Amino acid sequence: METRHGVTQPLLEVQDLRVTYPSRQGGLAEVVRGVSFSLGQERLGLVGESGSGKSQTGRAIMGLTAPGGRVQAERLTLGDVDLLRCSETERRQLRGRRMAMVLQDPKFSLNPVMSIGAQIVETLQRHQSVSSRHARERALDALAAVQIDNPRRVFDLYPHEVSGGMGQRAMIAMMLIAEPQLLIADEPTSALDVTVQLEVLSILDRLVAERGMGLIFISHDLRLVSSFCDRVLVMYAGRIVEEVAAADLAHARHPYTQGLLECLPRLGEPRHPLPTLDRRAEWAQ
Amino acid sequence: MNAPTSSPTQALGWKAWLLSERPSSRRQAALGRAYAGWLTFSRNRLAVVGLTTVAALVAVAALAPWLAPYPPTVGDLATQRLLPPSALHLLGTDDQGRDILSRLIFGARITLYVVLLVAVLAAPIGLVVGTVAGYAGGWVDGLLMRVTDIFLAFPRLILALAFVAALGPGIENAVIAIAITSWPPYARIARAETLTIRQADYILAVQLIGASPWRIVLRHIMPLCLSSVIVRVTLDMAGIILTAAGLGFLGLGAQPPTPEWGAMIANGRQFVLDQWWVAAAPGVAIFLVSLAFNLLGDGLRDALDPKSVK
Amino acid sequence: MPRWVATANAAGRGLAVVVLTYLGLLAVTFFIGRVIPVDPALAIVGDRAPEHVVQRVREELGLNKPLVVQFGLYVQKALNGDFGTSVLTSNSVAQDILKTFPATLELATCGILIGAGLGIPLGVWAAVRRGGAADHAVRVMGLMGYSIPVFWLGLMALVLFYAKLGWVGGPGRIDVAFEYSVPRASGLLLLDAALAGEWEAFGNALSHLVLPASLLGYFSMAYISRMTRSFMLNELSQEYVVAARAKGLSEARIIWRHALRNAMVPLVTVVALSYAGLLEGSVLTETVFSWPGLGLYITNSLQNADMNAVLGGTIVVGTIFIGLNLLSDALYRILDPRTRARS
Repeated sequence: METRHGVTQPLLEVQDLRVTYPSRQGGLAEVVRGVSFSLGQERLGLVGESGSGKSQTGRAIMGLTAPGGRVQAERLTLGDVDLLRCSETERRQLRGRRMAMVLQDPKFSLNPVMSIGAQIVETLQRHQSVSSRHARERALDALAAVQIDNPRRVFDLYPHEVSGGMGQRAMIAMMLIAEPQLLIADEPTSALDVTVQLEVLSILDRLVAERGMGLIFISHDLRLVSSFCDRVLVMYAGRIVEEVAAADLAHARHPYTQGLLECLPRLGEPRHPLPTLDRRAEWAQ
Repeated sequence: MNAPTSSPTQALGWKAWLLSERPSSRRQAALGRAYAGWLTFSRNRLAVVGLTTVAALVAVAALAPWLAPYPPTVGDLATQRLLPPSALHLLGTDDQGRDILSRLIFGARITLYVVLLVAVLAAPIGLVVGTVAGYAGGWVDGLLMRVTDIFLAFPRLILALAFVAALGPGIENAVIAIAITSWPPYARIARAETLTIRQADYILAVQLIGASPWRIVLRHIMPLCLSSVIVRVTLDMAGIILTAAGLGFLGLGAQPPTPEWGAMIANGRQFVLDQWWVAAAPGVAIFLVSLAFNLLGDGLRDALDPKSVK
Repeated sequence: MPRWVATANAAGRGLAVVVLTYLGLLAVTFFIGRVIPVDPALAIVGDRAPEHVVQRVREELGLNKPLVVQFGLYVQKALNGDFGTSVLTSNSVAQDILKTFPATLELATCGILIGAGLGIPLGVWAAVRRGGAADHAVRVMGLMGYSIPVFWLGLMALVLFYAKLGWVGGPGRIDVAFEYSVPRASGLLLLDAALAGEWEAFGNALSHLVLPASLLGYFSMAYISRMTRSFMLNELSQEYVVAARAKGLSEARIIWRHALRNAMVPLVTVVALSYAGLLEGSVLTETVFSWPGLGLYITNSLQNADMNAVLGGTIVVGTIFIGLNLLSDALYRILDPRTRARS
């Protein structure tokens, strides 16, 4: 977003984000421990293994932390809106309209008893007052924009009747129809076949670029993120251990990132023994 | 925590021995599992209340002749009819001058008798049908499951009524009638468990050794289904008690002068408007015992079956 | 394979199961009526009947024919609705059942309306506000519902609300004074009274209906609310609920339009099963409230050793049970789009 002086104000600013859950043995467990970054109209990759807190970060930003979890931050703003001081109603207004989230597996993240078209229309009608007929037109356009060949047919289908790739594209259409500025994609391609992954990614790529959106791409796949995003944040045990431009990834400095890079399989050269990640306790500090 | 593998009288105590991560004998492992299950179970206070109540029921039934202040079937018709609760007769007397508390205490025996008999009849039938169906597969499975489904689709109480109508009233006939309509759920559960277990490698191993199918089913599969069936039986016990009481209420269970709780309610119905305690007391007893079994069953299920989330 | 062929196949299989189950029911009642008693004819007419009556019944039943043939005759008669004659009333059992069934239908239907109408919202509320008042209420009510004998509670309620407080009408469907003022159209007293405009009779019938219907409704509610809570908790933890929240939908819409709509699928089966349970429970309830329905008919016949009537009633109730099971299966299939398709 450009201010009057031509300086871009960050789309999203996160400072010292902490997410805490009560742990099973009593006491509290901090799953996100002081994450800070800012996001402009760019693609930011958030990489980490399971339990690194990357999904929790995304959900905390959206305000979708599971009940029982506590979110604290020094600063959490979307453009000019202070997310920490928002009421729940205001937060709900923002979701879908200014910030959106694409989940991992369309088999589970789409309502199984509603048709795909109905779910897309629902999103639109929540945020804009449009007639049903107009909403239907817009939904069909949205389906076409994610390269679904026969939008009219898919409109009436149920989520279990479409393939994974098509379901994920429908989900993208559903989340982007109200034209949000920020999209958080939580492992959007992890449930898809490799060939379909690239298709969906290219659609995502085009849409984000066309609309000038900011994208946070959460994944465990370092290589995928590095090829797709501009900047990469590596998370480990709830903290960001590395922040680097995607192009500079080979020059990563933190031993965890280096270890991950080492472990990526390389074709055409023998590697014996296969390198493994040798975790050190100090990374979790 | 590595416990010593020798006798449990070491300094660390038998608790550590039971919970040891490296048991040195099958018995230790089995006892350890039972103890861990008990720990989970006892954390649920309501379940412990249920267990205590059931234990109390058993105790009362066993010690009935010593606990009951008066004889249950003989009453003083002349002077003691329909007395309200008092210090002499804690729950009052009925229309035949019999002390209600004593009748309740002796009635506990009948309740236990019915519950145990039904469990002992229905559970093995269900187990056998279910495990055979699950293990044999094919047309045997299909046939047995059809029969099970047919019995499941029947109204339990009504069918028990019809059975008793044909067999004649009496407590044994009531037990048979209830048992006949109770076994289908156990068969279903046993079959589901068998289907899961059947794929396991150790079953394959035993087959390769040349064990006969009957041996496999009896010694290897059935014991594993046992815990699920036991949980279900306990949960069903309340329903069995209620059905038996219902049959008793209709005059189809134990015959007078036997102090069956359901029959006592029917008896008390005639004068319930003025002497309501005669009908009220047995109902409370039925309620408390059923509740106890429900709590116990819930606790067992939570302790033995970690998959079930409340 | 075109979709309709798959559906027809499934329907055909379902039908076969239903037919088999019905035959099984008939087989069981046949066994009870013919095989168990030493002399089935005596069992039907009682041991005080004159010899020629017994002989006639023996011939009617075809007792000298092989068992399989007897069963065939039995099935044939049952399919025609011929359950024999009642020893007590000398009417055909089918006639008696037709006369008494509407009373049970009225009772059970009001019961399920209360049970589902109150139970589903309560269960939803309990799931949404975990640990709240509704949550505890559902759990306690569920425990009570599975532990209290229905006939005892009915008796106590009758004493309290009718005898002591006088809030409701007593045993029976309607006061004797109104007994002949309502022309019999459907057999459902409330409906008939309303249709005839007999509002005083309507009010009186209602006051008699309220207690037994609430009793059945309570037990139904305990079961339905508990299952609703369980299903809703399951749905609310699904990913599509997170996605719906991410879209910015209101909580109300998510609960009712998304979660409950999904929970409805198994819930319909639960309601159908509860209805079946109420039909069964009415046997005891009708005895306590002297409600002239099918349950009372069966128990009266039982006490008078009227085997034909007992078995006829059993077959009717059993058939309704099977029908309800079938209905709930069908509804499940219709409501869940995943089971409709067969890719």
